[in-house]
Amino acid sequence: MTDEELIAETFEGPQEMQDLDETSREELAIEQGVASELPEGFVLDPGDIDVEFGADETMIINMGPQHPSTHGVLRIMLELEGETVLRSKPIVGYLHTGMEKTGEELTYVQGATNVTRMDYLSPLHNELVFSLAVEALLGIEIPSRATWIRMLMTELNRISSHVMWMATNGMDLASTSMMIYGFRDREMILSFFEKTTGLRMNHDYIRPGGVAADLPDGWQDDVTAIVETIPGRVDEYDEMLTGQPIFKQRTEGVGVLSPELALAMSATGPLLRASGVAWDLRRAMPYLAYDEVDFDVIVGTVGDTYDRYAVRLNEIRESCKIVRQCVEMMPPGDYRAQDKKVTPPPRARIDESMEALIHHFKIFTRGFEVPAGEVYVAIESPRGELGCYLVADGSSKPYRMHIRGPSFVNLQLLPSLLRGGLIADAIAVISSVDPVMGEVDR
Amino acid sequence: MGLEDLSHNFLTGSLEELVKWARRSSVWPATFGLACCAIEMMAAGAADFDLARFGMEVFRSSPRQADLMIVAGRVSQKMAPVLRQVYDQMVEPKWVISMGVCASSGGMFNNYAIVQGVDQIVPVDVYAPGCPPSPQTLIHAILTLHEKIRRGELTKRRPGETGAGIVLTSEPSPSGWVAPPTGVRLGTPR
Amino acid sequence: METETTTAPEATGAPETTGGPKATGAPEAASAAELAGVSVLASKGVLGQEVLHVTRDQYLEVIGSLREGGFEMCADLCAVDYLRHPDRPLPEGVTPERFEVVVNLLSLERHQRVRLRVQVPESDPVLPTLFHLYPGTENMEREAFDLYGLRFEGHPDLTRILMPEDWEGHPLRKDYSVGRVPVQFKEAPGPR
Repeated sequence: MTDEELIAETFEGPQEMQDLDETSREELAIEQGVASELPEGFVLDPGDIDVEFGADETMIINMGPQHPSTHGVLRIMLELEGETVLRSKPIVGYLHTGMEKTGEELTYVQGATNVTRMDYLSPLHNELVFSLAVEALLGIEIPSRATWIRMLMTELNRISSHVMWMATNGMDLASTSMMIYGFRDREMILSFFEKTTGLRMNHDYIRPGGVAADLPDGWQDDVTAIVETIPGRVDEYDEMLTGQPIFKQRTEGVGVLSPELALAMSATGPLLRASGVAWDLRRAMPYLAYDEVDFDVIVGTVGDTYDRYAVRLNEIRESCKIVRQCVEMMPPGDYRAQDKKVTPPPRARIDESMEALIHHFKIFTRGFEVPAGEVYVAIESPRGELGCYLVADGSSKPYRMHIRGPSFVNLQLLPSLLRGGLIADAIAVISSVDPVMGEVDR
Repeated sequence: MGLEDLSHNFLTGSLEELVKWARRSSVWPATFGLACCAIEMMAAGAADFDLARFGMEVFRSSPRQADLMIVAGRVSQKMAPVLRQVYDQMVEPKWVISMGVCASSGGMFNNYAIVQGVDQIVPVDVYAPGCPPSPQTLIHAILTLHEKIRRGELTKRRPGETGAGIVLTSEPSPSGWVAPPTGVRLGTPR
Repeated sequence: METETTTAPEATGAPETTGGPKATGAPEAASAAELAGVSVLASKGVLGQEVLHVTRDQYLEVIGSLREGGFEMCADLCAVDYLRHPDRPLPEGVTPERFEVVVNLLSLERHQRVRLRVQVPESDPVLPTLFHLYPGTENMEREAFDLYGLRFEGHPDLTRILMPEDWEGHPLRKDYSVGRVPVQFKEAPGPR
């Protein structure tokens, strides 16, 4: 077979947006964002969809994948009439890294390094969900100090992710000072992370069995300094943006998401909460020690871009509350489970004990084995429900590791949110959905 | 006939120095942030590690207005033609910094989906290792590039070469191991 | 600012021993197997998670009745290729096939999850689409198609989503090599 024939056989259909007359009815419904509102049966009549303009009055334009405002390599094709968006189609896959395939080649000990690079704005959450899944299959219990350290680090990561979101959102809405301020606060948290985990990003700190290292000396002062400064600065950003007329006009009423549509499209996280559904996995299905700390779940009313901004802003404050409680209530103890087969021995003991040396060697070369089984674990990442479906076959490498990335699912909302708005609104909406392409494409 | 064809005397010598100084003092990067390294690139442009002191805080979105492409992040198979297209749209003189191990060599992702080193697509001037490289590493890479501009000649890149003076032949050596590139080691910039 | 804050309801329910998610008390956590209507094989997985094993014929019906019964959201749909692990633990009466499609449903009212596993044979890798019940499965089914080659009947736009359009093969299948190039001190693995 020639190359052309081979490719023609495997070509499954164009991913780009086609002209109006070449798009099937069902695809048109998706691109216009009306697919979920149609009754069962999906038999569409041309008159059902109000395509007001003929094909020669509109223009199909391409946004991305290299674009300053698409939050990474997201490509969106828009059909425009003037500046108004009629239909849109997001095309993803420009950052596909084969992480799920790579996860099948790496051991469970190495798995956290792979998984952490998926959602690179909140890497500790990825590591956490993977570690929780592995620990569920192993059936081990981790000490409470490890749990609280994990909670502290992931809440700090939530703060840094939301602050980063505020920075890029401000930048997209033309407030460059918000970008600079946001990164200034993020640097504070990142330097604490560097002190504790060794890296500013992609830490590989939360591993199956606990955490990699204990918190450094003087961590209470560092963390307290962070939670003393950030709420004050968040109040400044609140003042700078929330009441400002231009910001309000750009975000209020833009990209309104109804709760029924959000649930139908499996949206989770701030998107769902801004639409009025009070669903937060930390409250509804608590993991770690979230049922022992006191925090509020922030819920919006209208579901527009402004509400999503307000939800994330207040979530920063709530996370600061949780972090303060972590500092007060941090129990003493081990930072990792003392199961010799799973967690490596302390380095000093390797010189003394042959067994420790063997365990260390085995854990880091071959890895520990996990009994056969499958589990789905989900946590609340800053973007929504981050899930890990892990299938183990008794060997030291996962048989199948699937990460349910919240941004991958939330992106399906884009056609309905962008429809009828202007391109500038499209920027604001994409920014408020907060996709991170690393977890979209994996 | 540009400046390249002048044989240098003291007048054109100092003109060349002037041009190179102007070129390296305001290198405008094109936004090509792909993955985690993009965040560190943004952090390098932000307040704590200021790129504005090098004249580089304007990240031009349009490649036609940019001098430098910092490939920050892993380049997937789907993104590779886009990368080449953006590189081709840039106007000479242009430079490429490959930021991070994924862009330099494929990084930890040695699999079907990632191009093993962006120098298979575009010629690279400086490689910045790290996963992700901290902003200090990126700034070091940028200063290395400035040194390269300062010491280099005004001529364009020679065709057929890809990055740091290697000439690619069509077959790799029988052992499958391609000789490592002889990098441009300029040492610590002054 | 138009936001409201809610405070925590009383957390009751049986916590599990690990640090994983616990099911908090919520009004009558009915068993999903009962809601399913037809008789399906149910098992209890790790962490007390409920797993239903359905056949391809029962698939749409069961999910439809679960949706009526209060599972408003489909959290996840993914596929697994069991080529190298054919003797995985399954309850009696389930014929293992090469592919499995795993659907995770979530009930926000009852704070409950249920997981469904469908066996899909290699010779006929077709399954009905869930798009009409849960429009949020559009991207997930496209991903399962792209990476595994499973076709979903009735899906409006079944094209590749992560790989380029003209890519050949389905990368996450177990007989598709990971594609490693040889580097110094580590040759490429042999063909699978």
